[in-house]
Amino acid sequence: MAEETKLNRREFISWFWLGWITFSVIVGIVLSALGRFLFPNVLFEKPSKFRAGMPTDYSVGVDERFKDTQSVWLVKTNQNTMYALSTVCTHLGCTPNWLSSEQKFKCPCHGSGFRPTGLNYEGPAPRPLERFAINFDETGNIVIDKSKKIMNASEWEQSEFLLKV
Amino acid sequence: MVQALREFINFLCNPVIYFTAVCVAWWAIMKYYQVWTQPRVMLPLTGFALAFLAFAFTDKNFYGEAVKPDNIPIWVMTIATVFLFWLSMRRAAINDQLMAEGKPNLEKQESDKKVYTWPDLVYSELICMVLFTAFLIFWAIMFKAPLEDPANSGITPAIAKAPWYFLGLQEMLVYYDPWIAGVVLPTMIIVGLVGIPYMDFNSKGNGYYTVKERFVAIWLFGFGFIVLWIALIFLGTFMRGPGWNFFGPFEEWDAHKVVSAPNINLSEILWVKTLNVGLPKNIFVREIFGFILVAAYMGILPVYLAKTYLKQYYEKMGAVRFYLFAILLIVMISLPIKMYLRWLFAFKYVISIPEFLFNI
Repeated sequence: MAEETKLNRREFISWFWLGWITFSVIVGIVLSALGRFLFPNVLFEKPSKFRAGMPTDYSVGVDERFKDTQSVWLVKTNQNTMYALSTVCTHLGCTPNWLSSEQKFKCPCHGSGFRPTGLNYEGPAPRPLERFAINFDETGNIVIDKSKKIMNASEWEQSEFLLKV
Repeated sequence: MVQALREFINFLCNPVIYFTAVCVAWWAIMKYYQVWTQPRVMLPLTGFALAFLAFAFTDKNFYGEAVKPDNIPIWVMTIATVFLFWLSMRRAAINDQLMAEGKPNLEKQESDKKVYTWPDLVYSELICMVLFTAFLIFWAIMFKAPLEDPANSGITPAIAKAPWYFLGLQEMLVYYDPWIAGVVLPTMIIVGLVGIPYMDFNSKGNGYYTVKERFVAIWLFGFGFIVLWIALIFLGTFMRGPGWNFFGPFEEWDAHKVVSAPNINLSEILWVKTLNVGLPKNIFVREIFGFILVAAYMGILPVYLAKTYLKQYYEKMGAVRFYLFAILLIVMISLPIKMYLRWLFAFKYVISIPEFLFNI
């Protein structure tokens, strides 16, 4: 009796499909749970837009007041334009120092130097400092939108990134 | 007088002079290894180096940097490298002399028998491990970690240096795009080191020290290690100051030192400065000279070397081994080439396509 119900080898192997499906399903579930885990439920990010006051608050030159809080340098030129530079070096992402006596941004990590326009002219940085979108809101305040940025000097004249004041 | 000497040494530590001196020194070290490894030459040299170090320590700028806890490893590295390199070269010099006279070398005189990995080597390694751990614990207790204030993205230090052992890499990053210097070249260094035993199948020098029988291998490896790694760590430690500018070892690290070192890409040199036509709009046309140059350097040069100067190696090693070796060699040599181009001609990138984050 007992011998008849026993599986022989061939029959046993014919059941492997069930094992493989179960295995794949479990591995699939574990992997997708792992993948889900990589994306946080909540991201505490600052809003990408911020107000930077009135153009009259700024004098001509590089302004560092938003360097700490927003990672932005605001530059006012003597042609009455303003633009917002990112404080991230385009070489490896360190924060350059503004050297006002030499009128340049100098990165401490590998010596990249940038002109007040953001143009890369010293050291290894391959691109100019990035520029953020800059505009007025309805009250006349400057608004900088860090979600929009340009990477190359050829785009500098775009009206969204160059504020006429 | 003392000040004049300091200033002269600062002048000598201009990158071009410093690096050229290191290269020449390496050439002389390998050429005259029979001479300088003798104790009667090495001892006065060491004495001179110590006397110079004592003189250097009288300078407050150098002293301040040299006694920082961060820089203890630099001294350990220097002493260990010099001593161990001398020791192996000394034994090699004696062996080469003995073998030239047809006598058995030092290692053969010691014993003709082989030693086993287990237990001989493993036990030595275990003892070294225990001693080294004890040393590290002692070090950690004696010298506090040079920690600074909590990280603040708003505050940029005037000097941002990598850990000491990465200063060579950091120096490399000055001359190459982050992708090349941070990813491609380090990978090639590691893969190249792993690949050495497969490319260099010469069994001479197994179990005994020799320079004569392995001259080229030691020369090239040492150039990569001593010149392009140790000497650049030294340069990064003592000659790179605020803004990653060059400073002499006895120069004050003034964050406001006015240094202007503009540099331009090959495309700008050729299209704008030489041909006077302005940069072409098309990226490929703009960078065509760079592409040709890189293709010639990476593609044609190995083939040319195989047919001419390195013909004997090509015949000995076979095509696959030879081309791997030649590419690694060429890539290694590209670093000093790029360094000199930057220092002498303010040259930035051969190919510069920031639009696609691709620069060489």
